[in-house]
Amino acid sequence: MTRFLVRRTIEMAVTLVLASGLLFGILNLAPGGPFDAQVANNRIQDPTYLERLNKLIGLDKPLHERYLNWIKDVLHGDLGQSWTIARGQSVNTIIAARVPNTLMLMTTGLLFSLLIAIVIGTISAVRQYSLLDNVFTAFSFFGISIPAFWFGLIMLKFFGVELKLFPIGGIYSVDKQNDLLDRGWHLILPMIVLSLLQVAQWSRFLRSSLLETLRQDYVRTARAKGQIERLVLFRHAFRNALIPLVTVIALAVPSLFGGAIFTEHIFAWPGMGQLLVSAVGAFDWPVAMGVVIITAALTIFANFLADVAYVYVDPRIRY
Amino acid sequence: MATTVSQPSGLVSLPAPAERVATLPPARGELAIIWDRFRRHHFALIGLGVLFFMLVVSVLAPAIAPYNPNEIDRGITEPAYVSHGFAPPSAQHLLGTDELNRDMFSRVLWAGRISLAVGFLSVFFGALIGIIVGALAGFYGNWLDTLLMRMTDLFLSFPFLPTLILISAMLHQYKFEGDTTVIQVTIIVAVLAVLGWMDTARLVRGQFLSLLNRDFVLAARALGADGRRIMLVHLIPNSLAPIIVAASLNVGGFIIAESAISFLGVGVSPPTASWGSMLASFQAYLRYSAIAVLIPGGAIFLTVMAINFVGDGLRDALDPWLRNR
Repeated sequence: MTRFLVRRTIEMAVTLVLASGLLFGILNLAPGGPFDAQVANNRIQDPTYLERLNKLIGLDKPLHERYLNWIKDVLHGDLGQSWTIARGQSVNTIIAARVPNTLMLMTTGLLFSLLIAIVIGTISAVRQYSLLDNVFTAFSFFGISIPAFWFGLIMLKFFGVELKLFPIGGIYSVDKQNDLLDRGWHLILPMIVLSLLQVAQWSRFLRSSLLETLRQDYVRTARAKGQIERLVLFRHAFRNALIPLVTVIALAVPSLFGGAIFTEHIFAWPGMGQLLVSAVGAFDWPVAMGVVIITAALTIFANFLADVAYVYVDPRIRY
Repeated sequence: MATTVSQPSGLVSLPAPAERVATLPPARGELAIIWDRFRRHHFALIGLGVLFFMLVVSVLAPAIAPYNPNEIDRGITEPAYVSHGFAPPSAQHLLGTDELNRDMFSRVLWAGRISLAVGFLSVFFGALIGIIVGALAGFYGNWLDTLLMRMTDLFLSFPFLPTLILISAMLHQYKFEGDTTVIQVTIIVAVLAVLGWMDTARLVRGQFLSLLNRDFVLAARALGADGRRIMLVHLIPNSLAPIIVAASLNVGGFIIAESAISFLGVGVSPPTASWGSMLASFQAYLRYSAIAVLIPGGAIFLTVMAINFVGDGLRDALDPWLRNR
């Protein structure tokens, strides 16, 4: 196990360095620089002045040197400085301000999806081929095929704009910054929108996993010894059916973040996803790169966590 | 009873060889068998119908669309519609107009061309890259396998949507010579293909590894076939079924991905419409129109669902072992 952990840790580090190098290289092919707007509106007219500015933030150096400087700073926990959306401000500060909001949305979204998926999956498996099961099957096809941003717009249109049941964006009403109820009220629509895809996928997954365990010998044994059906289901079958779901959930974290980008964009939720969209729109590459690197690290770490969690929940597996 | 005996008793009469052949069921091609299995999946059939309809309508868009999709109708005089657009459906405009009073129906038709083209082309090229990488890794093994699979892992470590948005935005900044729409579609297809080949590569490699020791491959080797021939004639055709299934299930995802980046403004740019960019421009006008939100998104939804059903049917038809799982 120790050998496995060490090997995987080295692998993760190498992957992250290579991935960041590739992204850094591609992004630096982009035309333009941090002072384009100033050049365009004639605030900077002297080309030598522009050169000096570029030199000041290290843009005069060749690509590999810039990457090495950047990765050195990143390894010291410094993601650089913003180019346009908050010029000169540290990317760390900008992202740190957004992290709690994204975490809030993602954790509630994850827990909500899990809860609904477990309920739907269990009902579908226990009542296989019933009307309810078929309805849930249709629902999961809907959930997989519907683009999250369209679903978000529809929710916004009907529950926000038409029925006025929920706010149309933001995380709190004016002057109600510390009102938890108000924050919860703002959270409901984005949370539902973010959850749809995961609910659709996880409920199907749990259904087939539970159907598989319900066919196992130990379930038959439990029934044979006269165990009541509810306990057969929850004590014997259900726990084992959840094992593979652990991996699926760990691997869903990156896609959850992908969904959060659009959810945050639509509901004006000031999180990392919205930051990425505005950074990309303003060609603020250091900020965008910072967000993507953090997500890439999260993706790689989630894969690792899935492997480790699997060993932990299933003692039969060894590395 | 004994009047018409013409054969010695005790011998069973055998039909002539020609008759025996005729009593067997007619030989049927593999495609016919697959189609038979596919047909039993009712949703897949409906999906195929919807998809076919979408494809025909998109291909024929120039003939069907009543207006130029980018033409602003100056004939609309109602002050409210002049100021914020979104005239309701009428005889002139079947689905009403958009925020600039362009014909919604024509725009949806033309947008479909882009969305469908991107979906199918990107999956095709993605699968092509995946097949090449997977085939080389699976067939030659050794250091090449290690190298290519490490590369696959590397690409898998990119978070799909953030990377897609980042690279699309970067390429969006470039100014190219030529038809903007064609260039942007090419860019989107290329980026999607480069970010979406890894599953196919792993699939093909796995298939190759399991096929390499089968008798028919050994026989081909014994007959002196070279690597290229074994790959192209024996291995790839035999790996095709799972590739097609995976690819067909990818089309929907890539159509959504295209509409997603166009929705964020780094895909197809105005005035050209894709379903995603239409939704993006309607986002600010949610107050004025419900139909504007429902139509382009509904088109994406319907197409993607149809494709997912077809993919599901294909999986059942091509791979009976995967059934009921």
